[in-house]
Amino acid sequence: MLAETLRWPGEHQRVLLEATLRHLELSLAALSVAVVVALPLGIALTRAPGAAGFVTGIANVLRTIPSLALLVLMLPLLGTGYLPAMVALTVYGVPAILLNTYAGVRSVDADIVDAARGQGLSDRQIIRRIEIPLALPVMFAGIRTAAVQIVAAATLAAFVGGGGLGELITAGMGTLDFPELLVGALAVAALAAATELLFAGLERGIAGRRRAS
Amino acid sequence: MSWTFENYDRLLAALGEHIVMVASALALSLAIALPLGIWSARRPRIYAATITLTGILYTVPALALFALLIPVMGLGTGPAVVALVLYSLLILVRNVAAGLRAVPPEVIDAADGMGFAPARRLLRVELPLAMPVIVAGIRIALVMQISVATVAAYISAGGLGDIIFQGITQDFNEKIIAGAVLTSLLAVVADETLRLLERRLRPPAGLTDAG
Amino acid sequence: MIRLEGVTKRYPGVSRPAVDHLDLDIPEGTICVLIGPSGCGKTTSMRMVNRLIEPTAGRILVAGEDVSGTDPVRLRRTIGYVIQQVGLFPHMSVAENVATVPALLGWPKPRIAARVEEMLTLVGLEPREFLRRFPGELSGGQRQRVGVARALAADPPVMLMDEPFGAVDPIVRERLQSEFLAILRRLRKTIILVTHDIDEAIRMGDRLALMKDGLLMQYDTPDRILATPRDAFVAEFLGIDRGLKRLALVTAGEAAGPSPAPAGSPRIASVTTLRDALSILLTEGADAAAVVDADGASLGSLTLGAIRHRLAARADQSGAG
Repeated sequence: MLAETLRWPGEHQRVLLEATLRHLELSLAALSVAVVVALPLGIALTRAPGAAGFVTGIANVLRTIPSLALLVLMLPLLGTGYLPAMVALTVYGVPAILLNTYAGVRSVDADIVDAARGQGLSDRQIIRRIEIPLALPVMFAGIRTAAVQIVAAATLAAFVGGGGLGELITAGMGTLDFPELLVGALAVAALAAATELLFAGLERGIAGRRRAS
Repeated sequence: MSWTFENYDRLLAALGEHIVMVASALALSLAIALPLGIWSARRPRIYAATITLTGILYTVPALALFALLIPVMGLGTGPAVVALVLYSLLILVRNVAAGLRAVPPEVIDAADGMGFAPARRLLRVELPLAMPVIVAGIRIALVMQISVATVAAYISAGGLGDIIFQGITQDFNEKIIAGAVLTSLLAVVADETLRLLERRLRPPAGLTDAG
Repeated sequence: MIRLEGVTKRYPGVSRPAVDHLDLDIPEGTICVLIGPSGCGKTTSMRMVNRLIEPTAGRILVAGEDVSGTDPVRLRRTIGYVIQQVGLFPHMSVAENVATVPALLGWPKPRIAARVEEMLTLVGLEPREFLRRFPGELSGGQRQRVGVARALAADPPVMLMDEPFGAVDPIVRERLQSEFLAILRRLRKTIILVTHDIDEAIRMGDRLALMKDGLLMQYDTPDRILATPRDAFVAEFLGIDRGLKRLALVTAGEAAGPSPAPAGSPRIASVTTLRDALSILLTEGADAAAVVDADGASLGSLTLGAIRHRLAARADQSGAG
């Protein structure tokens, strides 16, 4: 079986490529939307202490919900296909980014922010020039977590007809085609590992560029 | 909602299977992770090696890990529990080690000075102080396991995932929702309960003189 | 230059106002020190001038204009602001930090660069060495200097300083105080300085505003406050050695008499404070000391009697410190 498994990718290049691309596309789309939603929201929450407790509470609960549950709950609402998968994955990725952004911005030294206000920086300038740069490592850690989680959860998109490498696994299970099953599993594992390494590298790059202690 | 009411016994049975799967996996992984964490806590190279190994396992998405285990272990609860254990190791070892390392050196010094033997010191001083961090690790691992166990239904391990998958193949929305909601509730309740426990275990502020 | 009229700050749920009908008139080019125990309202008062805190009642005028009439953000760009922890931006270089307000005001780059160098030199930091460094690489004293350079960069007429030398060790602090006093006087800035250190207040202030529980207890020159504290609280706050503190305001050169000192008397420099001179006389067991200038030429003598006379003199006869 090992030999068959090793031959499979060569014989099924297009299927493998398509599934991989779909998997990446889904993950990237979900991550992008999650960032676009959660980053500004996290920053805005630091200016709204009343709402902050409520929203972070919801985010914490959301973070706990199993990825499969999120995905399948889209079925009654959005049917099958690309859209429910993407929406579910986006919702899945938002909490990590939101909570990290909120915590990161709040942890910026209050004296620095006070000095900035005293110099005459407007609130927007403070966010852009002081808080975001200083909170960047924590914010990026949130994005990294979300990315890894989304890529992993995208495997399950197959169950709602969203495509991706998970489909190789489910197809392999359905037809008892073990090579397909194993190739799907290995490809997913490799993709997840690559994502982890990529974002770890990016995080190190960001840390390296900040010369200040 | 009619199906739910008529079949709540099946739902409860699935819930029970789910809990048993997760509980046994948690117990097993703690049995491995606790000694491993204690051993590697103050041995940086062993710690790094352990974290790397368990980290690799952790990266593999759930469905993929199950698939990879099929040729080796077949289907059913067995491979499911094995996968759950493998996943939890990283988190638990990391938190056990981190919790122990966070014990202030003065406290350990005082304990030694008072005549605690290392084993006793570990049991009576270090582990209790490391508890909040360890429980945090258990909490994260537990929530993750509940999530992964849902997928395990796909390899015939039973549990609430089974209800969900039945709903998908039968195109029966109510089963899907019932299964998904129940799993989510289980996860949220587990998370909240352990958070409360975590908070109780932290020493009241003012007893620690750090910050 | 700066006027506070009936300025009051009340916080909800707290019965006593943090600042209670404060009236202060600070002439241009002077340093007004707000001093008092913790919770007296000195920092709150200062922060109302650049509207980091908004008063509940009363008004504040800077250069004749009510500060509530200007956009707060714009207002702050015209007022220098130095805090105890400095608050340098750790992710920006020293040059970028100092350039903050000029950049906000849209100065052309060459002008900013020249100004940054000028400011660093002014505060005693060699530009070539410090321009590209980062706050994390600096010592506490160096950070303070950069903080002052940053506050002065846009040449604001008014400056607010909140315990500016509080975070450095005592030896560095004294040096910084003298240096900055010289700089600030030369630039003729109008300054509100908040401190809880009475010695710093006496050394730096043209006028002291002593506060307690939000109220102004006494507002006068250091010499007059030390000579005639208004009540028991002020006297206690000034310390039981307030007489000696008064002596620190006068130099030997100012109090020396023309007659020469007896042979064998100790020699003291003319810049020695009367307080230190007293200490020398007592230690040496002498009744008089010869006062000499920087080149060693004799300026006369200082006697214990003269010192005693100075202490007894009414405050406005001995002049401001």
